[in-house]
Amino acid sequence: MKMPKLNGAEISRRDFLRSGSAVATLTLAPGVTLMAFGGSDAAAGTADAGKRWGLLIDANKCDKDCSACVTACSTENGWKDNGRPETDAQWIRKITLKNTETGRETTMPMMCQHCEEPPCVDVCPTGASFKRVDGIVLVDKHTCIGCRYCMMACPFKARSFVHEPVINQKSDAPRGQGTVESCTLCVHRVDKGGTPACVEACADAGFEAIIFGDLKDPESEISKRLATYSSAALRPDLDLNPGVRYTNL
Amino acid sequence: MTLIVRFVLLWALLIGGATLAQAQERSSLLPNVPKATGEPHPEGNEYWRKNHPDLLRHDRNLTVRDGNREIGASLKSCFECHTTTDDQGTVLTSASPDHFCSACHQYVAVKIDCFVCHRSTPDGVDEYEAQAALLPPTSLNDADVEGIVAYLKQGDPVADPPAISKPAEVGQ
Ligand code: HEC
Ligand code: HEC
Repeated sequence: MKMPKLNGAEISRRDFLRSGSAVATLTLAPGVTLMAFGGSDAAAGTADAGKRWGLLIDANKCDKDCSACVTACSTENGWKDNGRPETDAQWIRKITLKNTETGRETTMPMMCQHCEEPPCVDVCPTGASFKRVDGIVLVDKHTCIGCRYCMMACPFKARSFVHEPVINQKSDAPRGQGTVESCTLCVHRVDKGGTPACVEACADAGFEAIIFGDLKDPESEISKRLATYSSAALRPDLDLNPGVRYTNL
Repeated sequence: MTLIVRFVLLWALLIGGATLAQAQERSSLLPNVPKATGEPHPEGNEYWRKNHPDLLRHDRNLTVRDGNREIGASLKSCFECHTTTDDQGTVLTSASPDHFCSACHQYVAVKIDCFVCHRSTPDGVDEYEAQAALLPPTSLNDADVEGIVAYLKQGDPVADPPAISKPAEVGQ
């Protein structure tokens, strides 16, 4: 295996650790400093503020007997059903809507809606809940203290708390007891130019009910469909502007 | 007097022991760091021994917060070169004192919680049994549940209100 290259930020930090001279230091208060490194972190391969990732889910194409998206998510991210529904993690689930007058039933997948104004981020006391510049809402488990405030704030019940010790995680989806988690929009795949596992699985199952793309790019498939067909945001009354949209509800 | 002599002797012994340890490649006085595969770090072992906590912490924020995956110190990548196996060739997890990350940490009494969430082996290795030995039982057996129910039911405040001793009357 080749040794990965340490990037610019590391080299400037290394200089700082060695000499402390190549660094501009901003003093906030006695003993409290903010360090500014010579190099810029905005290297190639970071989340792009010019994009906003989103999903468009077509409820008409969602098959009521299919749960390929849920299985794919669980396999990709290593969460599973331990047979304890009150406490098991659920990053994505299938829900059924029933029109009580006509009896028409619609099924669709539900997951983190990746809001532009995420209530989970508003309430997080430690800053663990955050939104990336490209719109993906995540939990930084290094700072999560497991208070579950975000779970109460989320109108979509999209987040889960990890109640039990976890082992044999996926290396791309670290998860452990005492932290909150939810759909990451398969950020590890998106960062490599891929699409979320659920989108791929739905297409492989022959339904293509979920499409993934950049909502800020008018030429993307998702933007074109949103511009052509009527679509809905869940709980539009809350003005959260979710990145996940539904059609044919 | 004898105390000072004894102290000097002890001191000489320690110094002697340390030089001896440096002379030998592997000594029981120093942590036995498992050998790595692949290219060594260009910054050198000494630099990495000292700075790996800062490198890991710095780069984890770049990845988690900014989505930068072209970093030099990703915990996942460590095990591409620092996978340790036992005599039988079984891949060791952080549960083992001989795992690369445990060898020094046990020696210097550092306890890291990285492996509560991260795996300590490359993807594809079944960590289950070795790691499970470290963890508390994940489910309660029937006897435990009955015990808890009995505990909760004892002195039910509604059915069986606890006797409250009245505070002594004051004033009035
Ligand atoms: C490309 C392979 C490779 C990768 C990836 C790698 N290392 Fe190393 N590392 C080595 C080699 C080779 C050595 C030298 C081992 C020796 O001298 O026996 C080494 C040495 C070290 C040492 C010093 C060990 C000692 O004997 O004092 C530390 C600490 C260390 N690595 C930590 C890390 C950490 C933490 C990571 C992950 C961020 C990592 N390494 C990733 C190959 C690698
Ligand atoms: C060569 C010995 C050595 C090896 C090998 C080693 N460490 Fe360390 N590690 C240390 C020492 C010594 C410290 C304490 C440093 C300090 O306090 O300044 C430490 C501290 C840490 C810390 C900070 C702990 C804290 O509470 O602040 C982390 C995180 C860490 N190591 C991660 C790792 C990981 C992950 C690996 C395996 C990939 C690893 N280390 C392998 C010697 C080692």
